[in-house]
Amino acid sequence: MSGDVMNETSTSIISVLLLCLLFVMGVAIARLRNLFAVVMLAGIYSLVCAAWFILVDAVDVGFTEAAVGAGMSTAVLLGAILLTSRNAKPERRLARLGPLAVCIAAGAMLIYATSDLPAAGDPSSPANTGTGLTYLQINWADTGVPNVVTSVLASYRGFDTLGETIVVFIAGLAVVLLLGFGERSLSETLRKLKKGDKAP
Amino acid sequence: MKSDHHLILRVVAKGLLPLITIYAFYVQFHGEVSAGGGFQAGIVLAVAVILYALIFGLAEAMRAVPPGFARGLAAVGVLVYGGVGVWAMVQGGQYLEYQALFNEPPGGHDGQHTGIILVELGVLFAVAGAMVSIFYALAGRVAEIRDEDW
Amino acid sequence: MWDIILERGGYWAIIGVMMIGLYIAFSAENLIKRLVGLSMFQTTICLFYVKLANVANATAPILLPEDMPKGAYGAERVADLAHTYSNPLPHVLMLTAIVVGVATLSLGLALIVRINESYGTIEADEIHASDVKVQMAEEADAARTSGEVAV
Repeated sequence: MSGDVMNETSTSIISVLLLCLLFVMGVAIARLRNLFAVVMLAGIYSLVCAAWFILVDAVDVGFTEAAVGAGMSTAVLLGAILLTSRNAKPERRLARLGPLAVCIAAGAMLIYATSDLPAAGDPSSPANTGTGLTYLQINWADTGVPNVVTSVLASYRGFDTLGETIVVFIAGLAVVLLLGFGERSLSETLRKLKKGDKAP
Repeated sequence: MKSDHHLILRVVAKGLLPLITIYAFYVQFHGEVSAGGGFQAGIVLAVAVILYALIFGLAEAMRAVPPGFARGLAAVGVLVYGGVGVWAMVQGGQYLEYQALFNEPPGGHDGQHTGIILVELGVLFAVAGAMVSIFYALAGRVAEIRDEDW
Repeated sequence: MWDIILERGGYWAIIGVMMIGLYIAFSAENLIKRLVGLSMFQTTICLFYVKLANVANATAPILLPEDMPKGAYGAERVADLAHTYSNPLPHVLMLTAIVVGVATLSLGLALIVRINESYGTIEADEIHASDVKVQMAEEADAARTSGEVAV
């Protein structure tokens, strides 16, 4: 049992270290004005988040965060920077104080509220003894799928996932309606290619 | 006249792209027994297309995966997902009740397996299609680059 | 004292990171930076949920062979588990939230691109100043035409 305790302690130390890394990166993003650096740091931030998810046994979430945060959203943000501007304007010093005060107050209140939360990793906390545990227990008899996350996602909460899929579809549709179909650049390139053919 | 500034990138990407695509399908079909599923596989598949577009140019990528195809794929994904629910209703069950797909008694897992695989396939199509369309829309808009930006 | 820090320290660290994301979303005048802050804030909410779902000495919620008996369906539907697993429910919720998050992030970026095309800037205060200028010009215009009508 002492091995388990050691294991748990080292896990929590690594977890706190990763969170400190996230904090430092957040401060750096808040201070940076070069948007390219901001986006790259945000990608690394997502990757560290993914590592943290893996550490606390959320393998599916970590996988998604690595693919989405570090891959997809970085590409999308870079595309947006290319279309807008590469640098942010310097902020007024006094204007920062209000948000800072609000954030410190909100953080203090949230930290005060954690005294009511169950201890981290408590197996008998209300969240971990309710529906989640039931899913784990009845999953094999009901679906015969080893990955409980998949069976909850697709079977027990199929309606939920249907809604999420439709949201993703509609978001894609809205972006396409706002920005055009992307054929504009295709025709541009084709025109250039034609010009190139004529020139020599 | 083709520029060879990115020769190494091109060569490496040519090796990587099939691997990324196969990995996406591995994630998709092993989602039941290990980490992964339709959402992750859809993103990985979209990232493969994005990598192709970044290295070989947007026009080439649009020839390989036309924008219309990506939009259609997203719509087909949502339809597949909704269709599984309708199939269950036709078989006499409730919407998205996989147990009813083959009218199995409790304990039969064929309906659950089929339903989950089909639904994940719908999610894969929808997410991959939507993400590729989003990338095309953002990357395909011609930027008005001002002089001071360079 | 030490016990409380060990039990709650993870939450405090997450709340600290969360507040940084909130601060960026509040204070940044640049719209893209603001969206980056918002998505960081959202990621940290996911961290918090997953932290609540974590169980000490547990493994990922993928059933191990001992918990998958061959005779799948006996009299008992609710099985006794041989291993401890983390709570799968928050994982599912956060997994879909992350994917929806990137979809809404791209929608916000699309709006920002359109804003940049019509205003020529993505700084919130400059957009506001330009709005005020246009509004005042319109009002002056309206006052002049109404004055002409009265005459």
